[in-house]
Amino acid sequence: MRQWTIPAASLALAACSQDNAPQGLSAADAAFQKQLQEQLLDAKPGSVIEIPAGMHRLDRVLTLRANGVTLRGAGSDKSILSFKDEVSGPEGMLVYANDFTAEHFAIEDTKGDGLKINDGENVTIRDVRVAWTGGPKTTNGAYGIYPVKCANVLIEDSASVGASDAGIYVGQSKNVIVRRNRAESNVAGIEIENTIGADVYENTATGNTGGILVFNMPNLSQPGHSTRVFKNRVMRNNLGNFAAKGAAVASVPAGSGVVVNSNSKVEIFDNDIADNQTANLIISAYFSTNYYNKPGIDPNYDPYPRAINIYDNRFAGGGDSPDGLDLKTLKVAMFGLNGRFPDIVWDGYRDEKNLVDGKPPADERLCVRNGDAQVLDADGPHKYDNPRLLDKAEVGCDLPRLPPVEIPGKA
Amino acid sequence: MRKFAILVLAALAACARQPAPVHYFADGRPERLSDWNVLVDDGGMLRLNAGVVPYDLNTPLFSDYAHKLRTVWLPAGAAAKYTDAGSFDFPVGTIITKTFYYPLAGGVRDGKSVARSYDTAHDFTRGALDKQHVRLVETRVLVRREHGWDALPYVWNAAQTEAELARTGDEFALELVADDGAREPFTYVVPNENQCAGCHVADLKTKAIAPIGPKARHLNRDFAYVDGRENQLARWSRLGILAGAPEPAAAPRNAVWNDAAEPLAARARAYLDVNCGHCHNPAGPANTTALFLDASVPADRHLGLCKPPVAAGRGTGDHLFDIVPGKPDESILPYRMASHEPGVMMPEQGRNTTHVEGLALIRDWIAAWPGDCRG
Repeated sequence: MRQWTIPAASLALAACSQDNAPQGLSAADAAFQKQLQEQLLDAKPGSVIEIPAGMHRLDRVLTLRANGVTLRGAGSDKSILSFKDEVSGPEGMLVYANDFTAEHFAIEDTKGDGLKINDGENVTIRDVRVAWTGGPKTTNGAYGIYPVKCANVLIEDSASVGASDAGIYVGQSKNVIVRRNRAESNVAGIEIENTIGADVYENTATGNTGGILVFNMPNLSQPGHSTRVFKNRVMRNNLGNFAAKGAAVASVPAGSGVVVNSNSKVEIFDNDIADNQTANLIISAYFSTNYYNKPGIDPNYDPYPRAINIYDNRFAGGGDSPDGLDLKTLKVAMFGLNGRFPDIVWDGYRDEKNLVDGKPPADERLCVRNGDAQVLDADGPHKYDNPRLLDKAEVGCDLPRLPPVEIPGKA
Repeated sequence: MRKFAILVLAALAACARQPAPVHYFADGRPERLSDWNVLVDDGGMLRLNAGVVPYDLNTPLFSDYAHKLRTVWLPAGAAAKYTDAGSFDFPVGTIITKTFYYPLAGGVRDGKSVARSYDTAHDFTRGALDKQHVRLVETRVLVRREHGWDALPYVWNAAQTEAELARTGDEFALELVADDGAREPFTYVVPNENQCAGCHVADLKTKAIAPIGPKARHLNRDFAYVDGRENQLARWSRLGILAGAPEPAAAPRNAVWNDAAEPLAARARAYLDVNCGHCHNPAGPANTTALFLDASVPADRHLGLCKPPVAAGRGTGDHLFDIVPGKPDESILPYRMASHEPGVMMPEQGRNTTHVEGLALIRDWIAAWPGDCRG
């Protein structure tokens, strides 16, 4: 028993200096990290947690599980959380909570995703910048701003730079607005995946591999539909694809402006889409991704894009230097060495079981009413054997307008 | 000085042969592990207080080669309700602890060197853990309160005399020392309270924290109690802390991952179940990926067979599918297990080293799987 008394007493004194400070962080940063995480643990509905201006280095993911919390910095160029030396992550911040607001701060150089919100209702991300500061690299984290399985999501005035998958990535969510954001130097600038009801507008996507993607992946909790992409600027997305193979976006050719893959009810209008060197707008089926196989894909998965409505966009340039041997060869064969693909390239996969007189049902067609913009059927199903330009009569249909997304309490 | 006086008083109180009983705190977060009185330091021997029952799992979670002492204590007269599939339904007042420790490497106590070893000679035996042979790292407490379970991480001090509450977690620079002397430095990471929930919330909708280990399939095995070997389910039933359990032979049982006498697939599934299934299940936080690795999942695309990844990012390692039968080198699952880099490795938390033996098991299992991903 004596043994217990003496070490305990000496320990109690020693404990004051025994802090086990994280390796590699300054004492001030370690204290900041601890305090911020403590605030997140103690947060209650209504809590506002301030991130002061300055460069704060952290080495562990921040986690929040309390509803109704606001995390607020002094500006996305002022309050910076840097995870360059992250030991335990992989995210910068991981949120499992409803009624969450993040605004006016930046997350940099996380090993994994920047800001991930899983299964939250009423999520607002405003003026948040997620960036990998060493330029585009495969070792950068996958997603910048990443709500998944969320409902009522507003992402505005935010930015993502350098994500090795998608900069702003909304997955398996419902009722989403993505507006006035900037996406640069990511593989995918903005990606809406397996999401029901999304309005994507007034964003600028430049210098990515692909600008704005609307995808449906197999096996997930819900197939997505009903996305409107409008009033965006989607320019010069010609960055070489730096995603790891196997990632969904690894199949996106460099030089893709807007890409719809296997999704349905997508309306694309009033955008400025220019100088994307594979094509300004691509419509494709899951078969074009090379991941299709029977055992691994839910037999109920619908791999076809359906009800795609394209009108009144302003296209310029682009299509002049497609990525990948197949597309390069196709371009040269059809349009010559100095020619270019038309603005809209469709891979040509169609649901043969569903055709009536050789055409999809009226409410499932690809409809294009976009001035002089032309549509190429690339004949992907026959290895680009018999590609052809579709004439206006074939695609001049219209589809019912999708309703605007409304998020309760947000104008 | 007040602190000193209180400690001395506590020490004097401890001199009475009977330690104070286990203390259930209905709320709050006691600052010290010893406040709970579950583990009693008895002259360098860490003993279990009266009524505290030790247990083991058939196949445990890998935690950077740490050894673990698991205990459960229930209020007098109370019993947990048995269920075949999930965690038992424990009554309010239940306290579960898990102490993470390492055998010392070659008996050396230098603050960082610990043995990378499956040698259990210095584990909890004959009713005590002899502290002179081990480095205690942390003790995690799960306590069942009126509102549900709370998770509290405690970190052992350098003098190994007390573990203090560490709500925001902690980190230590340690070095694993193998039998041949090879050293592997790593950062041992103690989770923060929310990260506890990261594994212990198995259902995203209820967001309820629950124990992971105390399920029938994990507990259904013998334990070497002080008074002899006995099946744990039988013991718990006999003690009256578990109600409604069938005979052990009628209860589910996971394989022991490193028992070569058991079928390879059963060992692999047991390993994935306990290491991955708490997130990768249809209701869990990783249900965003459509990859389910808990015990109940059929061995098809849900288990990753030929399944394209969803949000793996660079975690794919340039591979197209989670599991390619017969081809561990082309499968994402072992690639992520082999890594200990955040952003690539799986599980995402709870380890910073590679479980070489666990990885070998999963690779062997995939290698033995017939078929392919064509068609």
